[in-house]
Amino acid sequence: MQEKAQQLLDWVDARFPLTATWKSHVSEYYAPKNFNFWYYFGSLALLVLVIQITTGIFLTMSYKPDASLIPGTNVSVAFASVEYIMRDVAGGWIIRYMHSTGASMFFVVVYLHMFRGLIYGSYQKPRELIWIFGMMIFLCLMAEAFLGYLLPWGQMSFWGAQVIVNLFASIPVIGPDLSVFIRGDFVVSDATLNRFFALHVIAVPLVLLALVGAHLVALHEVGSNNPDGVDIKKHKDENGIPLDGIPFHPYYTVKDIFGVAVFLVVFATILFFLPSMGGYFLEDNNFLPADPFKTPPHIAPVWYFTPFYSILRAVPPLFGSQLPGVLAMGGSTLILCLLPWLDRSPVKSIRYRGTLYKTILGIFLASFLILGYLGTVPGNVWGTFAANVPVIGGVDRAVLLARFCSLIYFAFFLAMPWYTKIDKTKPVPDRVTM
Amino acid sequence: MRKILITLFLASACMANASTEGPALDKAPVDLRNVESLQRGAQTFTNYCLSCHSAVSMRYNRLTAIGLTEEQIKAHLVPADGKVGDVMKSAMTAQDAKEWFGAPPPDLSVIARARGADWLYTYLRSFYRDETRPSGWNNTVFDKVGMPHVLYELQGEQVLEIKKEGEHEIHALKLVKPGLLTKTGDNGEYDQSDYNQRVGDLVNYLVFMSEPSQVKREQIGYAVLLFLIFVLVPLSWMLKKEYWRDVK
Repeated sequence: MQEKAQQLLDWVDARFPLTATWKSHVSEYYAPKNFNFWYYFGSLALLVLVIQITTGIFLTMSYKPDASLIPGTNVSVAFASVEYIMRDVAGGWIIRYMHSTGASMFFVVVYLHMFRGLIYGSYQKPRELIWIFGMMIFLCLMAEAFLGYLLPWGQMSFWGAQVIVNLFASIPVIGPDLSVFIRGDFVVSDATLNRFFALHVIAVPLVLLALVGAHLVALHEVGSNNPDGVDIKKHKDENGIPLDGIPFHPYYTVKDIFGVAVFLVVFATILFFLPSMGGYFLEDNNFLPADPFKTPPHIAPVWYFTPFYSILRAVPPLFGSQLPGVLAMGGSTLILCLLPWLDRSPVKSIRYRGTLYKTILGIFLASFLILGYLGTVPGNVWGTFAANVPVIGGVDRAVLLARFCSLIYFAFFLAMPWYTKIDKTKPVPDRVTM
Repeated sequence: MRKILITLFLASACMANASTEGPALDKAPVDLRNVESLQRGAQTFTNYCLSCHSAVSMRYNRLTAIGLTEEQIKAHLVPADGKVGDVMKSAMTAQDAKEWFGAPPPDLSVIARARGADWLYTYLRSFYRDETRPSGWNNTVFDKVGMPHVLYELQGEQVLEIKKEGEHEIHALKLVKPGLLTKTGDNGEYDQSDYNQRVGDLVNYLVFMSEPSQVKREQIGYAVLLFLIFVLVPLSWMLKKEYWRDVK
C-alpha cells in the first residue's frame, strides 16, 4: 500500500512540484524558533479568510441583492432575505453570525498582525515587498468590508455607502461623474446593491487571494523576521540549515493549532453570546430597513473604519469642498506603505530601540485608539470649546482632539526618518533569544 | 510596553462609559424562557400590532418555539383566510398606511434589535394626550410620533405635567383616566402594574421575534465553549508541548 502511494507521489512529482512545494513552504521552511504571542495573528488571519470565504459561499445561496420592496410592505427583498437566512435556512443564523463576526475579527487579527510588523520592524529590508503586499491586502480588506456592509440593505448600509461614495464626488473635475459611475445611479440604489454584491463576492476576493499568495511567497523567499529582529540565516549548520530555525511543520503547525483553539474560544463567545457586540459588530440602526427618505441622526461606520473616518471628519473643508479631508483619509492609509523607507533605524525590533522611539510609538498608538473611539461618536459629544470666544472658540471639543490626534498620526510617519536616526539603540545580539 | 498597553486599555474603557444621552428608559422585563409571558405577548401582538404593522420575517408556525401547538396557533392567532406557515402580514398595505398616518408603520420583525427592549417598553407606556397632534396622541420617548396610542383601552389616558423647579423643567406623565388594566389604588393613585406587565409580555415577545434562535444559540454556545476550553485548548497545548520538547 505504502509502495503504491509512493509510486503515485513519484508520478505526480514528475509532472508537478508537489513534494518540492510542500518542502519549501512547509516542512523545510525554517522559521526562527523564538516566535512569541504576536506571531499567531498571521495564521489566524488566514483562518478567518477561510471562514469568510466558506460562510460567504453559503450565504450567497440564499441572499438576494434586490432593493425592491416586498408588495404591501416597506421591507426590501434584500433585507428580508438576510432575515430569511437567520430564520428559515437550516443553520443559517450560525453561518450568518460566523460571517458577521468574522468580518470584525478579520480586522482585529489584521490590526494586531500589522502592529506586530511595526514593533519588530518586519517591514525593513529585505521585507519591503511583504509589507507592501500586506498593505494592499489591508486596502482590499477595507474595500471588501465596505462593499459587504451594503448588502443587508439596512439604514447604516445605505447611508454609510451614500456618505463614502459621495467622498469621491469631492475629487476635482472627474469627481461627480466618478461617484455616479461607482453607484451606477444618481443615488445609492438597486443598481448599486447589485454591483456591490458582484464586487464583494467575486472581484475583490479574487484580488485578495492573489495578494495573500504573493504575501506568502515573498515571505518564504526571504524568511520570517522574529522578535529580536536578527537574521537567522547568518548562522547555519553544515547542511545549510539556520541554527536558530525550526521547520514550520510540525513545530509551527502544532503551535498555530493551539493559537487557533484559543482564538476560537474568543470567536465562539462573540458568535454565540454577543453577536452584535453591543452595536459595534452589528449596528442597531442596521436592523431598520434602508429608507432613502429618512437620514439617520448619526451615521457611524463600523468600528474598524473609525480611526480613518475620524481623520476625514477632523480636517476642515476648504472652499466648501471635502477634498482636504478625503485626501487626508486616503493619505492616512497609504502612508503606511512608505514605512520601510521612513524608518532609518539600524535595528529592527523594539527590544533594541531607545526610549525616544518607544515613547513616540506609545503616543502614536494612543492617538490611533482615540481616533478610533472618536469615529464612533458624534462630533459634538463633548460640547463646544469656548463657545462664546471669537476666532479660537466655537469648535467641537471632540473635533479639536481628533485634529490633534490626526497631526500626531501623520507626524509619527513624517518625522520617522529623523527620530529613528537619533534614537539611542541598544546592541543587537548575534543569535535569537528565547 | 506592557504598561503603555494597560494604561491605554483602561483609558479606552473609561471613555466607552461616556455613552450618548436620551430619555431615561425603564428596564424591560425580558425573559425568553418564560413561555407564558411570550404567549401572552404573542396574543397582544397579533390582536393589536398586526392591524397596522407587519412582521414579514416571522412565520406563525414559528410560535411552536414558545410552546404553542399548530392547532392553537391556527385557531387563535392566524387570520381566518391564512395558513399556519404564512408570514405575519399587516391587515393594511404600506401604501394605505402612508396615506393614513403620514409614514408607513415600520415592519416589526427585528424592531427589538433596532430599538432595544428598554426603549420599546418605555415607549409603549409613554403615550399622552396632545390635541395639537393629528392623532390626538404624543409620546415622551418619541416626540411627534405618527402612531396613535393603540393600547389606549388597556392603559387609559395619560397627560404630560410640566413642573418648573428653578431653571429645570420636570416632565412627568400622569394617568387621568383608567383603562381596563389600570385601577385606582387605596391611596387615590392609579396602579399601572397590570398594564406594565402586559406591555412587558409584548416586549418580551418582540425580543423573541427579533431573533427566534437566540435561546438555542446560547445553548449551543455553552456546548461549543465547553468543548473548546476543556478539550481542544488543552489537547492542542499538550501536543505543542510534546513537539517542542526538543527545541532549545
